[in-house]
Amino acid sequence: MSVTLNPHAAAASIMETPMVEIERLSFWYGPKQALKDVGMAVPKHRITAYIGPSGCGKSTLLRCLNRMNDLVDGVRIEGAIRIGGTDIYDPALDVTELRKRVGMVFQKSNPFPKSIFENVAYGPRILGVQNRGDLQAIVERSLRAAALWDEVNDRLHDSALGLSGGQQQRLCIARAIAVEPDVLLMDEPCSALDPIATARIEELMLELKNSYTIVIVTHNMQQAARVSDYTGFMLLGELVEFGVTRQLFTNPRDKRTEDYITGRFG
Amino acid sequence: MHKLWRSGEPFIWLTGGALATALIMVVGLVVIIVGNAAGFFWPADVVRLTLTDGKVLTGPIADRERIPGKADAWREKIKVANRDLYGADFVWVDEAAIAKRERPTDVAVIERSEWGLLIGRIAALQEGGAVVARDAAAWPEIARRLPAAAGLRREIRGIEKGEIGAINFEQEKIRLSLRGLEARGVTSGADVQTLRARLAALQDAYRMHEARLTELRTRQTATMLVVADGGKEKALPLAQVLDVTFPNTMGSIAKAAHYVRDLWQFIAEDPRESNTEGGVFPAIFGTVMMVMIMSITVTPLGVLAAFYLREYARQGTFVSAVRIAVNNLAGVPSIVFGVFGVGFFIYGVGGAIDRLFYAEALPTPTFGTGGILWASLTLALLTIPVVIVATEEGLAAIPGGTREASLALGATKLETTLKVVLPAVMPSILTGLILAMARAAGEVAPLMITGVVKLAPALPMDGFWPFVHLDRKFMHLGFHIYDVGFQSPNVDAARPMVFATTLLLLVIVVLLNLFAIATRNRLRRKYATSAV
Repeated sequence: MSVTLNPHAAAASIMETPMVEIERLSFWYGPKQALKDVGMAVPKHRITAYIGPSGCGKSTLLRCLNRMNDLVDGVRIEGAIRIGGTDIYDPALDVTELRKRVGMVFQKSNPFPKSIFENVAYGPRILGVQNRGDLQAIVERSLRAAALWDEVNDRLHDSALGLSGGQQQRLCIARAIAVEPDVLLMDEPCSALDPIATARIEELMLELKNSYTIVIVTHNMQQAARVSDYTGFMLLGELVEFGVTRQLFTNPRDKRTEDYITGRFG
Repeated sequence: MHKLWRSGEPFIWLTGGALATALIMVVGLVVIIVGNAAGFFWPADVVRLTLTDGKVLTGPIADRERIPGKADAWREKIKVANRDLYGADFVWVDEAAIAKRERPTDVAVIERSEWGLLIGRIAALQEGGAVVARDAAAWPEIARRLPAAAGLRREIRGIEKGEIGAINFEQEKIRLSLRGLEARGVTSGADVQTLRARLAALQDAYRMHEARLTELRTRQTATMLVVADGGKEKALPLAQVLDVTFPNTMGSIAKAAHYVRDLWQFIAEDPRESNTEGGVFPAIFGTVMMVMIMSITVTPLGVLAAFYLREYARQGTFVSAVRIAVNNLAGVPSIVFGVFGVGFFIYGVGGAIDRLFYAEALPTPTFGTGGILWASLTLALLTIPVVIVATEEGLAAIPGGTREASLALGATKLETTLKVVLPAVMPSILTGLILAMARAAGEVAPLMITGVVKLAPALPMDGFWPFVHLDRKFMHLGFHIYDVGFQSPNVDAARPMVFATTLLLLVIVVLLNLFAIATRNRLRRKYATSAV
C-alpha cells in the first residue's frame, strides 16, 4: 500500500506502509491552540523525528499519539489519529489498551523507585504475566534489546535509582519495549544526557527500528539528521514541512525550514 | 561592628548557640530522670542513728539538705519505713542532734505485701503461736520456709485470678444471657433450665475453689517477729513477706543482683498498695496496646485521606482550605479531642452499640463507657493530621514523571496508585506513623476521660474469648506517673517510682520509634530514593 502522505507538501510523497496516520489534527489547551490542522503519516519500522523551536507543539503532537494529553484538564482535540488502522480517539477505545501498544520514553528518565527487574517487569505484570520464568525471559530480552543487560545482569534486584543517567534512560527504553508495543514514542530522550550516553541511545534506536516504529521529538537537529529516516519541522503549532530527512536538511522546500536548520532563526 | 555582622560570624554563633541550648535541655532532662530513677532499685545501706535525746532511728538515708536560715547546718531525711508502727515513712533529723551513727549488720529490710517496707531486727520465728527459733537462729529457719510461703502465695493468687476469674467470667455471661431471655419474656423453658443448671454447676465449682483457698490460707501459720526502733514489735505472717535483705552485709555483686531482680519485678509485676509499690506491667501493656490500636486505625485512614487530597482531588481553593484545616487540627489542645471522644465515641457510638448488642447488660454500660478502644480512637483522631501531612508531603515529592511512566505503560490510575505511588510513599507514611506514635504514647489528658484508670482489674487482652477486650478500661504509664506522683497517699515514698516510671515511658516511646525507624530505613534501602 502506498499513499501520498503530506497534504502540505504534495511534492514529497512518501511511498511506505504507514503505521500512524494523522489527519487534520487541531489541539487546544483551554483557549490556546497548540496544534493547527496537522496531517502526516508515520511509516512503519522507521524513525520519524519532529524538530522545531520550544513551544512549537512537537511534544504535544507526540503526546496525542498515546493520549497522554488526556491527563491534562481542559484540553480539546479535533481531527483523527489512526494507529494500525484504529481510530485512537474512538470513545469506545480503552485508552490503557492503546498505551500498551504505544510505548513512551520521557525527556527526564523516570524509573520507578523499584529494582531494575521490577521496573522492566512492571508492564508485563500489568498485562497479566505472572509466571516468574516468563517474566525473567521478558526482562532479559528487553534489557538485551536496550543494550543494558551486560551492565546490570549481576544486580537486577538493586534499586534502579542507583543507575547512571544514561543507564536509567536505557532502562526506561527497556521498560517501554518489554510490553512489545507497535510504536515507541521518545520525547527528547537524550536532552539530559552527556554525548557518550546520547550516542549509545542513538545506536540503540537504530537497532530498535527493525522491530518498532519510532517517533522522536528532539531539540537537537544533528540528532534528527543522524538517526531519523523522516523529519517533520514544526513551528507555532503547524507542521511546516515533512519529508525524508536527508532531503529536508539538504534541500528544504520551505523558507522557514531553511532558516531554522541553518540557525538563522530568532 | 557592622563589618563583624556582615561577616556572618555572629549569626553562625547564634545558630550554634541555639542548637547547643536545645541539646543541653534534652540531655539535662534525660540525665535528671535517669539519675533519679536509677538509684531506686539499689539496696541502700541502713544506718542506725542515736539522737542526743536517746531516740533511735534506723533506715537508709534518703536525702540531705542545708537547713534553711542556718549557716553550715545540715539535716538528713531518713526512711524509717514501718508505716504501720510509726505512721510516717520519713523523718527529718538535724545533724547536730545525732549522737551516734552505726551500721548494724543484723537489721533486715523486709518487703511485704502490705504497709510498705518493714525495717528492724528479726527476733523470732513463731509457728501457730509457739516460738520455733529465736534471734540469730531465726533467720535461717525463716529463709528455709520463705520459698514454700511464696509458692503458696502464688498458688492462692493463681486460683483467685485463674480459676475463680474464669468462673466469674462464665457466670457473668450466663447472667447476661438469662437477662436477655427475660427481656424477651422467656422466664422458663429448656434454655433457661440449661443456663440455670450451668450456673449451679459453676457455683459448685466456685465453692470448691473457695474451700481450697481457705485450706491454703490456714496452712500458713508461720509468723516472724520483728523488733523495730523503740522496742516496737511486729508479728509478720510469712505469707506477707515478699523479700528479706540485710543491706549492710551485702557486697556489690549481691546488691547488683538484687537491683536486677527488683528492676525486673518493676517491669513484670502488678502494682500493689494503690500503685506505690510493686510493678507497672499493666500500665506498660496498656500503653503499648493502645498505641498499637491507634496505629492500626490512624494509618489507613490518614493515608487514604492524603491520597484523595493529593492524587484525586482537583487542586483548588477548597482543597487548600481542607489542607489548612487539617494542619490546624494538629494544634487543637488534646483535651478537646478527649471531650469529643467522650461525647461522640463513648456516649454516641458506644451508647448505640450497647443499646443494639449489649441491651441485656444495661444499665451497666459495656461500650458506653471509657475503654481502650475509645481511648485509642480518640488518639487516632488526634494524630491523624500528622499522618495526613507526612503522607501528602511524600506524595508531593514523587516526581510526576513516575506516575506518567506507569500510565504510559498502559496501567490504570488505580494500578499506578497501588503499585508505584504507594510503595514509593511508604517511607513517608512510616515517618508520619512515627510522629503519631510518639505523640500518642505521651498523651495523657484525653485518656483520663476516655478510659484510663488508676487500677484496672484485668488486662485488655487475656485468655477468655474473644481474647481482646476492647471495652475494658486500662492503665497507662503517663497517667500512672501522674497518679503515683501526685495522687497517691504517700507521695514521698512514691517519688523514686515516679522517675522510674517516667524513664520507662521514655524507653518505651524510644523503642516504638526505633522499631518504626528501622522499618522505614529498610524500605528506604530497598527503594534507595536518591536523586539521579
